Amino acid sequence: MTLRPEAEAAEAPKALEALTPEELARSADLKAFVRETAIDEVLDQLDRELVGLKPVKMKIREIAALLLVDRLRRSVGLKTPPPTLHMSFTGNPGTGKTTVALRMAQILHRLGYVRKGHLVAVTRDDLVGQYIGHTAPKTKEVLKRAMGGVLFIDEAYYLYRPENERDYGQEAIEILLQVMETHRDDLVVILAGYKEKMDQFFRSNPGMRSRIAHHIDFPDYTLDELLEIARLMLREQGYRFTPAAEEAFRRYLERRMQMPHFANARSVRNALDRARLRQANRLFARGACTVADLVTIDAADILQSRVFQDG
Amino acid sequence: MSFRLTQGTFSYLPDLTDEEIAKQVQYALDRGWAINIEFTDDPHPRNVYWDMWGLPMFDLQDPSAVLYEIQKCREAYPNHYIRVSAYDRSYGRQTIALQFIVHRPKHELGFHVIRQEVRDRQIRYTLHSYATDRPKGERYVD
Repeated sequence: MTLRPEAEAAEAPKALEALTPEELARSADLKAFVRETAIDEVLDQLDRELVGLKPVKMKIREIAALLLVDRLRRSVGLKTPPPTLHMSFTGNPGTGKTTVALRMAQILHRLGYVRKGHLVAVTRDDLVGQYIGHTAPKTKEVLKRAMGGVLFIDEAYYLYRPENERDYGQEAIEILLQVMETHRDDLVVILAGYKEKMDQFFRSNPGMRSRIAHHIDFPDYTLDELLEIARLMLREQGYRFTPAAEEAFRRYLERRMQMPHFANARSVRNALDRARLRQANRLFARGACTVADLVTIDAADILQSRVFQDG
Repeated sequence: MSFRLTQGTFSYLPDLTDEEIAKQVQYALDRGWAINIEFTDDPHPRNVYWDMWGLPMFDLQDPSAVLYEIQKCREAYPNHYIRVSAYDRSYGRQTIALQFIVHRPKHELGFHVIRQEVRDRQIRYTLHSYATDRPKGERYVD
């Protein structure tokens, strides 16, 4: 049974040969469709609020365009196979995979490919059980929660543990595959994780690979992009850098990017959180302060970082 | 005229279609009620102990998950009564806000009235379901 509103598909789809010249000449109102779904708004918001990520934005625009055209085709009575929407997001930590997944859910909802547009983010622990017979109900429970929306599986490769052949992860994968196939109308699955590990995962699970239509790779941010992100985050939190602080932060990032466990935007957020902590401590120690002091992060707050002391 | 069990909400309407069930479930989900599926072959109105089909479903957004479970339950128990209940926990105790039958055996068995004569020619009445004359699991057949 399908619950998707198919109001537009009033008549049975037509084969290409059956189309008359008049029908072919009839104009299809793409603009009205774009307006109606307000898809531009979401895409623009994506452009505005996410720094960098050029290839990702391109790919999302392509997918959105395809879905829009598919809907238009259906509305004029052309045969249109239902698209496969399951995706994989690969990239290093902190490159915006979860954020983009949230937006993707919104886009799919606007275009009518998922009914609710919510995002359920899970990891291996939410899907795989502790003992025999525990995995299937657990996975199904998560899938049921995600129905009508998008299921985001972070670090999906941990589902598959080749070194332990009795690992329950395999069971979760099988249920997942089945639902991805039979409930394509009900939910969209996005798998996310590091590029190399995901590739390895897909190599050992060819069934999974063939059910995923879109592979999107998230590049690392450049230094300038990270600074831009930092400025954006600060503005959201109601702080600002002094020029000296900004320079210090640039030097901080240069060093931090060379260090292990650098997690792109997440590292920026953590660094800013620590800077706020030091700023608060500095003001507290001084006793008196102005409103300007409260919103300003100074170079001193950043230069005290461990990153500078080690080198 | 064959017997038709009437219990819960919508009991005097024709059986709900899957689409109508989905709409009712959506109504419940919109109000934050948890959905539970139960089945039984003892349809006595005072039988409150129906068997649970899986666990109650919390945190759902979409009725298709409930319909999926209803379908699975119908496949497993084609000759049982199946009902959907929606719990409203906002009162701080488990309260059924909505409960309706979504599946019934093909041939339903009715009830008969038992009259018991007691002191002073008084009569006590009680209901007995024909179904429960047979053991559990064998009560309804195609």
